[in-house]
Amino acid sequence: MRPLLRLLTLLAALLAAPAWAQDDPFAGLAGSSFDDIRRGIETLATAAPPQAAATITALQQGALLAGPDAALYIKTQTGFLDARTGQPATPDVDALKSVRVNNSVRRAAEAAMGGLTLFAPDPTIRRSAAEAVLKSRDAAALPALARAIAAEQDPAIRTIMQQARAAATLASPDTSEPDRLAAVETLRARGDIESRAMLASLTNQSPAVIAAAATAVTAIDRMLQLWGLVQGIFYGLSLGSVLLLAAAGLAITFGVMGVINMAHGEMVMLGAYTTFVVQEVIRAHAPFLFEASLFIAVPLAFLVAGIVGIVIERGMLRFLYGRPLETLLATWGLSLVMQQTVRSIFGASNREVGTPAWMSGATQWGGITITYNRLVIIVFAFLVLAALMAALRYTALGLRMRAVTQNRRMAAAMGIRTPWVDALTFGLGSGVALSQIDNVSPNLGQGYIIDSFMVVVFGGVGNLWGTVVSALTLGIVNKFLEPLAGAVLGKITVLVLLILFIQRKPRGMFPIKGRAVEA
Amino acid sequence: MNKLPTILCLIAILGGTALLAFGNTTGAVPTYAVSLVGKYLCYAILALAVDLVWGFAGILSLGHAAFFALGGYAMGMYLMRQIGTRGVYGNPLLPDFMVFLNWKELPWYWTGFDNPMFAILVAMAAPGLIAFIFGWFAFRSRVSGVYLSIITQALTYALLLAFFRNDMGFGGNNGLTDFKDIFGFPLQSDAVRRALLIASALFLAACLLAARTIVTSRFGKVLIAVRDTESRTRFLGYRPERYKLFVFVVSAVMAGIGGALYVPQVGIINPSEFAPANSIEAVIWVAVGGRGTLVGAILGAILVNAGKTFFTGALPEFWLFALGALFILVTLLLPKGILGLFARREPPPAAMPAPEPAE
Repeated sequence: MRPLLRLLTLLAALLAAPAWAQDDPFAGLAGSSFDDIRRGIETLATAAPPQAAATITALQQGALLAGPDAALYIKTQTGFLDARTGQPATPDVDALKSVRVNNSVRRAAEAAMGGLTLFAPDPTIRRSAAEAVLKSRDAAALPALARAIAAEQDPAIRTIMQQARAAATLASPDTSEPDRLAAVETLRARGDIESRAMLASLTNQSPAVIAAAATAVTAIDRMLQLWGLVQGIFYGLSLGSVLLLAAAGLAITFGVMGVINMAHGEMVMLGAYTTFVVQEVIRAHAPFLFEASLFIAVPLAFLVAGIVGIVIERGMLRFLYGRPLETLLATWGLSLVMQQTVRSIFGASNREVGTPAWMSGATQWGGITITYNRLVIIVFAFLVLAALMAALRYTALGLRMRAVTQNRRMAAAMGIRTPWVDALTFGLGSGVALSQIDNVSPNLGQGYIIDSFMVVVFGGVGNLWGTVVSALTLGIVNKFLEPLAGAVLGKITVLVLLILFIQRKPRGMFPIKGRAVEA
Repeated sequence: MNKLPTILCLIAILGGTALLAFGNTTGAVPTYAVSLVGKYLCYAILALAVDLVWGFAGILSLGHAAFFALGGYAMGMYLMRQIGTRGVYGNPLLPDFMVFLNWKELPWYWTGFDNPMFAILVAMAAPGLIAFIFGWFAFRSRVSGVYLSIITQALTYALLLAFFRNDMGFGGNNGLTDFKDIFGFPLQSDAVRRALLIASALFLAACLLAARTIVTSRFGKVLIAVRDTESRTRFLGYRPERYKLFVFVVSAVMAGIGGALYVPQVGIINPSEFAPANSIEAVIWVAVGGRGTLVGAILGAILVNAGKTFFTGALPEFWLFALGALFILVTLLLPKGILGLFARREPPPAAMPAPEPAE
């Protein structure tokens, strides 16, 4: 077997032999001096045949061996590969010697690799290669970039390559002024912090280029500010969505029943622990379902919190109607009991709730980063809200709930069983407390209660739209004050503003009007 | 209002305190018990303050612990200044935490706190002022009921966050502690502990008498009218907001006094005293003892806290269950509190049906 293979290799080598002399891009690597090798790398990088990257990597790792007749082999763990073809080969081991490397060769190899990966078949590698050139501003990469741009099919990657070329153009000492001006323009269009830094740090440029760069920097600053605004709104919306989820149920129970449910945060906690338990069960018995765990956990959390809510209403709150301040005390006591119960069962420490893979990660949209978990919570909040509104608007229970809100006694006179409506309303209000997908601890509900009460008070009770507007406003205001004043001071400011706002509008932005209000 | 409970209560407070203090001099009562009872009496002052606004003006304040803590901070600042060069860094002017934060000079609002009289004045004035500003706006725009409760909670929460900040100059997260002297006497000595206990008892008695004077006067009658039907009182020509504001400020000052007496006895004041849960707990003391009875507030504060001391030591797991159950059972079964159990034998105060509980 071996002799046959050796024969075939030899045959192949003989067949290929005439080509080496003229334009074999690999030939230089088999040269004897460092200069030959360095030039060989540059030739190889310029020609960029399919095996070039693998060969240079091998060279960098000291795994490239030269044989007689300029044959090149890559040593692998199991054997040898022909550097030119990438096919397994069986050279005469005794006749091989490694291709030598010194610092200048190493540098050349590094630069060549940067350029070469621009031609990689995998688009993600091409993209990161272009970004690497953009960062390094390596003027030597210009020719390779030019060819890569011409060959590139993916418009997004081509744009990055063009920006990389612009950065390299500005860094290179021998490019023409129009080219540089065009480069400034390209970087301005990119408009992120890095390109701003590049433009702001230009040295040794003609006055025209400097002036263009200065205007570009101002333009970028303006754009960045605008994107910052959009990013802030996005963060604010996601915070607002969390608040909305926590407060929507509170608004319902407060608005329809006049109950101040201080245990509402504990309903959030129950939902979160339901998610935790579901995930634990899935991990133990059906790991393949993990990605779908939330789709199982969310309806279950709704049911658990809803049923507990109904039990609370039947067992405690119905004895306290008409005494809203006393419901506040009783539900506060209940929240303590619930916290301690959960602490006794699950322990006082934080327990981990995993995020499914499809919820982690982020995408870049224009100048802002959109993290998927924030996006999911926004979408989810609005789905819950839509479901809630539809339930209030189109179901029999919703009709009765609205009737009871508007005029409890008249509703009762019309044959509506108000106690049942109360129980189901409280169940519904407790069930929609679904805002947390994060690690769980027994006192996590405490963190929600003040914020969600603020939302309800700010929006006005008995009006879901008021809750929506108020939650999103508070979320966005909070996120905008944070960078200005710091997180804590921002929060204090929001609280003080709210206290002042209540003076102007003692019953929130969208109060219920009419005689029933005072009751 | 019946005189008997008040008199019994005064006798119990003063007599009990005298007994404790005497027992301590003879060695029969350990000093920690003296400080513990002193702490309860401070809580009782807070409970009295809560009862004054909740029981007689219908203002359910969920932020009264904030006034208590403000008074405590004023006292704590005086005690910090008394440390002098005995701090870890030995700085004669700056408290340790300021040296640690690299501050060069005392902030302006710390001036004057080396004078105990000034500190006591501030312990009363600061809560009073905040209550005045807050109440002025809130009562004038007729914020009432649940909304008022929630914004008082927001107030104490905002203060909690503010005092957590190191930049505020109140010791941040750690608060003020490591006190040495009060009025030139070492804080840890038994004599000072006894004196503080007696001072707490005297102030509690004074507050009880003051509160009783207020609620039994003509002013108090209007106040109760405001609690029961605010709009009707307004139609009769009274200005409910003034009555509420006055009693709110008085109550805040009382809470401040309680806090000022509390800090030297427990030896620390930190931002967690502002936690909304503390204010709500103070409300339950009142509810347990009996809302609108003054004496009941004192009784409730002492009973609940004694229970807390016992259970957190003996059955730590059980305490939150007990406290939670107390909240639920008292509101469901004992709407008039413990004193309500005894009041049954007396004739009903008026032929009128019991007023709707105020909001």
